[in-house]
Amino acid sequence: MLAADTSVLIPARWQMTVSLGTHIVLSCFGVAFPAMIWVVHGRGIRDSDDVALGLAKRWSKVAAVLFAVGAVSGTILSFEMGLLWPEFMRRFGDVMGVPFALEGIAFFLEAIFLGIYLYGWGRMPARHHRAVLVPIALSGVLGTFCILAVNSWMNSPTGFRVVDGKITDINPWAAMFNHAVWLQFLHMWIATFMVVGFCVAAVYATGLLRGRDDRHHRLGFAVPFAFAAIASVAQPLVGHVAGLRLASAQPTKLAAMELNVETQQRRAPLTIGGVIIGGEVRFGLDIPLLGSVISRNNPNASVPGLADFPEADRPNDQLATMVHLSFQAMVGSGLALVGLSAWYSLRRRRGGDPLASRRFLAAAVVAGPLAVVALELGWMTTELGRQPWIVYRVMHIADAVAHDNAIWVSFIVLVFVYGGMITGAVAVMRSMARRWREGSSLDLPTPYSPPHVPVGE
Amino acid sequence: MSLEIVVAAIMFTGVMAYAVFAGADFGSGVWDLTAGGPQRGAPMRSLIDDSIGPVWEANHVWLIFVLVYLWTGFPQAFAALCETLFVPLTLAGLGIVLRGSAFAFRKFAPTVAEARFFGAIFAASSILTPFFLGAVAGAVASGRVPLDGRGDRWRSWATQASVVGGVLAVLTSAFLAAVFLTAEAARQGNTELVAACRRRALIAGVLTGLAAVAGIAPLRHDAPRLFDRLTGRALPIVLLSAVAGVVSLMLLWRERPKRARVAAVVAVAAVVAGWGLAQYPWILVDAARLDDAAGARATLWSLVGVFGLAAITVVPALGYLYWLTQTAIGVRAKRP
Repeated sequence: MLAADTSVLIPARWQMTVSLGTHIVLSCFGVAFPAMIWVVHGRGIRDSDDVALGLAKRWSKVAAVLFAVGAVSGTILSFEMGLLWPEFMRRFGDVMGVPFALEGIAFFLEAIFLGIYLYGWGRMPARHHRAVLVPIALSGVLGTFCILAVNSWMNSPTGFRVVDGKITDINPWAAMFNHAVWLQFLHMWIATFMVVGFCVAAVYATGLLRGRDDRHHRLGFAVPFAFAAIASVAQPLVGHVAGLRLASAQPTKLAAMELNVETQQRRAPLTIGGVIIGGEVRFGLDIPLLGSVISRNNPNASVPGLADFPEADRPNDQLATMVHLSFQAMVGSGLALVGLSAWYSLRRRRGGDPLASRRFLAAAVVAGPLAVVALELGWMTTELGRQPWIVYRVMHIADAVAHDNAIWVSFIVLVFVYGGMITGAVAVMRSMARRWREGSSLDLPTPYSPPHVPVGE
Repeated sequence: MSLEIVVAAIMFTGVMAYAVFAGADFGSGVWDLTAGGPQRGAPMRSLIDDSIGPVWEANHVWLIFVLVYLWTGFPQAFAALCETLFVPLTLAGLGIVLRGSAFAFRKFAPTVAEARFFGAIFAASSILTPFFLGAVAGAVASGRVPLDGRGDRWRSWATQASVVGGVLAVLTSAFLAAVFLTAEAARQGNTELVAACRRRALIAGVLTGLAAVAGIAPLRHDAPRLFDRLTGRALPIVLLSAVAGVVSLMLLWRERPKRARVAAVVAVAAVVAGWGLAQYPWILVDAARLDDAAGARATLWSLVGVFGLAAITVVPALGYLYWLTQTAIGVRAKRP
């Protein structure tokens, strides 16, 4: 075995970042998109509404592409669990593996019923066909819960004891239902609706902005936007409640998020922006009291500081700065999305037509990518904020990584493959939209051969 | 029977299901790649899309199932596997990404050129992925994966046993795919395609049989422990596989593709079962027995429970999916 060489942590973390950072966005579509398709599909059946049915059919084709890419990008993650972090799996595989096994069921059901739904167009009674979306959406909920069970366990490890360096008294269900799971699950599940809702709405906002003002675009905007708007309002509340746990559960993460170097016994200020340089906070804007209020719900409560913890057991200054900025940028993006939702609903309430406003539409186009950015920033906050631990206060990430320089190579190859995969997905989806716009049939037959040759007969 | 054995048997059921169902999906890549230019190959490629399009993602999940059961039930074996077999596992993982996404992209490709581009990636990665997974099996079965420490990055799997494993994985997949495609073409009533697929199935079947026979010598030399068991304890299953393979070829010859499909499934499942039985009680041959590498008992019991849940939810759903895609209604609605 090679000597412990922590430099391999760099490519290992980057490979995980690229793989998971891609998959987290794709998986949102598997979780939240079926509910939106369910709404337009139902409307199409109930009112014999061809526009709504057309949307359901198009969205299901887009979902087919995104689910496929999501499924395979999820698979490589299971490989990477062992390829990149073998010591973590060796020690804790049987502690946190059960939710993964349950997630396997969820993934199975999602893939099976998606297959049924996609195949079912024109082959099943309409109501049954639409009902197939229900198990897809439910398995999305179950899958999200299971994955977040593992992630929250890494933050709040329970369900085992360490005796003389050995893991004993393993209770996988206690690990799964750790103290952090419900709020982390809820936070992520709501995020999936924000990401998908704002992204899909952004596509139709673009069309409206380009003058394609018709029912197709208006309905295509309204349904996902409604989901996203409700989610965006709920999200800050859930996030706030989840954050309240941190002072006791993960004080080092909270200290980093708040950019707190010294512990503030009471009346901690909120530092907007700012960086830590040489152990001191610079360039931040302090707002009195608000730090205690936001992180503890009480102006007189204390907020932990980084300096209270040994440097080897907390995020270093650079990471803490990144955690802080990610967190605040996430909150800022989230609040901007709440603002957009409020804009829409106020305008509607006053009898106006928000979709007639070019400024609103332009903002709605930006909201799609912004929701993705907020998701990534939130994920960075929780992952970087846990550093240097892979299992909080139990296992350092440097002790989990594979000491194999081949990771440099696998990382570089993965970047190219993922670059190609994302480019391909975007190109294919754009071409689908273009052909539909040009009046192609909804089915988009595959061009195996030049058009004059009959295909498949 | 001890708890480890139950969990290992469940996991191995997943391996068999993956080898059969996902194997057939991978194998169609061979026939996609060799179908000819865009005009000549169009009917075959269209048939492949019809055949695996609705089911490949569900079939693919068996791999996740196996990996999860491995790392939860036998965490040390999983970690050891990943450390020693970093290269083939990484290549298989990338192959899975390329196969799945390229297949989905081809379905909605706007031009012939793009469909060909994605089709080529789909087909090539469909061949490479089972090869590397077979090579991983060969490395495990020939005792190349130590439980602690790391085996040689290349020499652990650049071996005769891994080549046999990889080649057999590709050929059995190609054989299964050709048999499945013959049945699908028959269901669609396309006699020309039936003949084309049948010919391919016969060729692939014979080649698989020859490769299995040719693999005897290298396996005896390179994986003696496995070989002893294959010709000892596991011999009945190995023979069952051979007989089922021959029966499948005979049924194909007599133009009974639906029955040939059953026999082909039995043949391939029996090969995998034979490997499992020959390997028992080792999870990593010569390095770790099942109970050396097993996780906590509470976890193993939970895995049994999760499997029970899967049996009552996943299996009926999967059955419905297969039934739906195999019923005649589909054909009528598809080709109005």
